[in-house]
Amino acid sequence: MIPASFDYVRPSSLDEALETLHDQGEEAKVLAGGQSLLPLLRLRLAYPGTLVDLGRVEELRGVADRGDHVLIGAMTTHYDVVTSPIVREHCPLVALATATVADPAVRHRGTLGGSLAHADPAGDLPAVARALDMEFVARSAGGERVIPAADFFLDYLETALDPGEILTGIRVPKLGPGWGFHYEKFHRTAQAWAIVGVAAAVRRSNGAIEEARVALTNMGATPVRATGVEESVRGAELGANGALRAAASRADEDTEPPADLHARPDYRRHLARVLTHRALLAAAGTG
Amino acid sequence: MTEQLDAGVVARQIKEGDLLGGPGGGREVGRARRRKEDARLVTGRTQWTDNIQLPGMLYVAFLRSPMAHARITRVDTSAARTQPGVVAVYSGQDFAAEQGSLPCAWPVSEDIVIPDHPPMAVTEVRYVGEAVACVVATDRYKAADALDAIEIDYEPLDAVTDMTAALDEGSPKVHEAGNKAFTWKFAQGDIDAAFRDAAVVIDRTYVQQRLIPSAMEPRAVVAQTDGDSFTLHSATQIPHVLRVMLALTTGIPEHKLRVIAPDVGGGFGSKLQVTAEEVLCLLITRRLGKPVKWTESRSEGNLTVHHGRDQLQRISVAADADGRIRGVKVDLLADMGAYLMLVTPGVPLLGAFMYSGIYKMDAYDFTCTGVFTTKMPTDAYRGAGRPEATFAIERAVDELAAELGMDPIELRRRNWIRHSEFPYTTICGLTYDSGNYEAATDRALALFGYDKLRAEQADRRERDDPVQLGIGVSTYTEMCGLAPSRVLGSLAYGAGGWEHAGVRVLPTGKVEVVTGTSPHGQGHETAWSQIVADALGVPFEDVAVIHGDTSSSHKGMDTYGSRSLVVGGVAVVQACEKVKENAKQVAAHLLEASPDDIEFSRGEFRVRGTGASRTIQEIALATFAAHNLPDGFEPRLDADATFDPDNFSFPHGTHLCAVEVDTETGATKIRSYVAVDDVGSVVNPLIVEGQVHGGIAQGIAQALFEEAVHDADGNLLTTTMADYLLPSAADLPDYTTDRTETPATTNPLGVKGVGEAGTIASTPAVVNAIVDALRPRGVQDVAMPCTPERVWRVLDQAGTAPRAGAQTTEGGPA
Ligand SMILES: Cc1cc2nc3c(=O)[nH]c(=O)nc-3n(C[C@H](O)[C@H](O)[C@H](O)COP(=O)(O)OP(=O)(O)OC[C@H]3O[C@@H](n4cnc5c(N)ncnc54)[C@H](O)[C@@H]3O)c2cc1C
Repeated sequence: MIPASFDYVRPSSLDEALETLHDQGEEAKVLAGGQSLLPLLRLRLAYPGTLVDLGRVEELRGVADRGDHVLIGAMTTHYDVVTSPIVREHCPLVALATATVADPAVRHRGTLGGSLAHADPAGDLPAVARALDMEFVARSAGGERVIPAADFFLDYLETALDPGEILTGIRVPKLGPGWGFHYEKFHRTAQAWAIVGVAAAVRRSNGAIEEARVALTNMGATPVRATGVEESVRGAELGANGALRAAASRADEDTEPPADLHARPDYRRHLARVLTHRALLAAAGTG
Repeated sequence: MTEQLDAGVVARQIKEGDLLGGPGGGREVGRARRRKEDARLVTGRTQWTDNIQLPGMLYVAFLRSPMAHARITRVDTSAARTQPGVVAVYSGQDFAAEQGSLPCAWPVSEDIVIPDHPPMAVTEVRYVGEAVACVVATDRYKAADALDAIEIDYEPLDAVTDMTAALDEGSPKVHEAGNKAFTWKFAQGDIDAAFRDAAVVIDRTYVQQRLIPSAMEPRAVVAQTDGDSFTLHSATQIPHVLRVMLALTTGIPEHKLRVIAPDVGGGFGSKLQVTAEEVLCLLITRRLGKPVKWTESRSEGNLTVHHGRDQLQRISVAADADGRIRGVKVDLLADMGAYLMLVTPGVPLLGAFMYSGIYKMDAYDFTCTGVFTTKMPTDAYRGAGRPEATFAIERAVDELAAELGMDPIELRRRNWIRHSEFPYTTICGLTYDSGNYEAATDRALALFGYDKLRAEQADRRERDDPVQLGIGVSTYTEMCGLAPSRVLGSLAYGAGGWEHAGVRVLPTGKVEVVTGTSPHGQGHETAWSQIVADALGVPFEDVAVIHGDTSSSHKGMDTYGSRSLVVGGVAVVQACEKVKENAKQVAAHLLEASPDDIEFSRGEFRVRGTGASRTIQEIALATFAAHNLPDGFEPRLDADATFDPDNFSFPHGTHLCAVEVDTETGATKIRSYVAVDDVGSVVNPLIVEGQVHGGIAQGIAQALFEEAVHDADGNLLTTTMADYLLPSAADLPDYTTDRTETPATTNPLGVKGVGEAGTIASTPAVVNAIVDALRPRGVQDVAMPCTPERVWRVLDQAGTAPRAGAQTTEGGPA
């Protein structure tokens, strides 16, 4: 558990960071909270030549209300996300899911940007990003671009970010009134990653579900939108008619759940259905 | 203020007896004293092995086998030698002539096979993680980097990963001599008669999964030499045993070898070992003449700290129709792993006498076969043999109750040894000196609200609630206080079970206690201080406890098997008695009275019937000055004692667990947990409480979370804490704890030991509860750890798992 040697730089501005990344090319790796990267280094699963620590880049930290969306700086810690009044008011699903991440120590160091850039499908925030159609603001020495969540997660631990790019912020669209939210996480211990997680946003009106957004954690190499569920649940009446369960039974459509020590795929599929049902109920109940 | 706070914490548990108990109606024994060692331990202002920095120190990193079984065909360390900062690189060949074999101190049977166990593999590796080479460098980073440059070629051999298959005729062999390490049998009574015509026979097989002890402090070793003698610092539980064993293994004469266990951060049996790394660090320092340090990483530890449990238990219970148990038969396979380490083969034997639990029966039959596999060796892990035995009998008794349609508590009542029957010699030949199963059980039932929970269970069953309630019972006893030396001898163990203590009274009246026990989290400094404070009438604060260094505490058997208080604490009492005798001589002389007329109370020696007295502090000073002592009196109060117990001690208790099992997801939630333990008299209720809490957590962890998993090639898959799940406080319920106190009659303190009780009791309580919840759905067992997936699959197989919540109402789960 001793990392191979690497160079370390700690720029104090975004431009400086971008410059270093530009100069070093693929050899360099951005260090945010280190809660995912450091374990990889210590297990010698990653050998970057240089770590570019963003810890002193103040402009990447903080939450701002931007009218139709909330902008969360990439370096905002999980703790700051959970306790942000703006996040709680306008994107409670982000706060709900972030509060389930690991333990207080990890939440004080780990960042929203790091969680998304790391693109671990077992992480809780990627699914939330998909459910809410977040947008990713990326900067490189060449300029800025905005990547929609649907295009951001390419594969296991792989995103659309180029090596010279830094994720600077995440735009979370405000959904407006009438929505209820829930993040249903199933894990074996409080500190463990989700075996399956379900992020649900539900808009209710007149005792029925008008619209729902559902995305799944750890049901494939990337977070997935459960479009089958979203389709089926539209217009479903709330009540004892089993409509939500029927919709939830489509949760594992088009998924390729992984097999690991904590669960085999058939169990994950089963869990996705059960948990989606619960998530829909809870989200509808909070609307 | 602090003391009041302490008392508040455990106010629930403290009874009047606690406050006034102890020898001579003392003031300290029984008090919920905060531990005097904790400030330095929790602030880190102490010496852990890894903190030690010595001038010129070098760092060792080990290259470990990536194969479970292979022949080493080529080793090339030349490239690694040229890496920056590298001082030396060694492979097994380099040590072959001097490294000897790691010791096994417990050759349990005549037929035992004890294979040669080189600390560093020379020609063949037999488990993933076995050391095959090492780098010695100027810092630990350079040492780790250079490992990559060592080239080793292996010719793969077949892995042996399954105990049952390992015993097949055609199985690949771990060692030349085959895969059977030993067979050990024990029988009492007519077992055939017990099973013949029995109204009910329960026949079950339970799997004790392999566990990885996870002490907070990883193992660490610092070795140094002045060219003549050697000092080894190690995060070990057994500095004394280690010294003897290392002397025998390395040929370093015992008097030239000092072993120090500085403060040690937990062990749970995993540091009751003579490890390859300890031996190799000594050999390296002998070669290089420089101090060397090695500290393991957590992943390295998961691979190479000796593992625990890993037994396959077949248990049969024969009973009459009214539930009376006639006999118990046990056939055990115990996975030794690749080699026999310090007490590897003895671990299942420590359970051999406990399968009768607290029950009376006519016959008992036990067979254990030790099996070699290509895995890390197993050895002692909290409870060592007794958790396995308790699990099997307590699970089987619950199964018997279910078979008979009887309440599991009622069935136990019909079979257990009644309070009036103590002392009682069990079918296994152990004499339980004292116990009161009725009292502990009644108390537990009251605290638990047993009847109310049963009613709720019935209601949930009636409604076919997707969340089912289960109640698990565990009425355990265990064998502690290892151990009467003669008994150990009869079991072929290589050493005795006595313990030593020395008590030194300093000129100012302060007291130093030298103990042969080796605390690594247990709080001996506090408990021994309380004992001495009462025995000699000195303030608690005036007592210091010296331990863990063979040069200052020269004699001991160390700490494991809940033995420290029961054996080592008693030695302290006996040494204090001798000190008092010495002091009485001086007091009599100074007071011009006959020693027979001197009374001792609370630190004062008084001439009976007069006001004349001397305090122990005055006597200490007078003895130091030695101006005016009785003729022929050696000027000292100090005394030593070595206590060898006549019997084990037998704590017991009743643990009750209520779980909610979500039949849709398979998730288990512990709803309430009640533990009523009887550990005899209590020296410090706060320490007892802490041991019980930690112990229960560890037992729950076996029931629900922990499992070392290997693939078919023998690779350990659970090398990190992301895969080997340890519960934290967030995952555990509040415990309701209480005690009954039935003092041990076999030692002057009346104590029984508490280090392992919680672990032994809790695992069957939890699994019994889960099975109880699911029994109406056709479930008879869930293999440990009872993960949500396992529970779901068991239900799925029983054909009763609700499909995605088929039985729920839209309102969702309760
Ligand atoms: C014990 C433990 C338990 C955990 N449990 C959970 C859990 O239950 N759920 C969960 O979601 N997460 C969990 N995590 C992970 C945690 O959420 C991390 O915070 C997160 O995965 C990574 O964030 P970080 O800031 O630490 O990123 P780092 O580890 O510093 O970086 C992660 C990756 O992202 C890249 N990166 C980081 N920031 C940027 C950026 N601004 N631009 C471009 N690339 C960037 C890095 O180069 C690296 O490749 C756990 C972590 C630990 C240690």
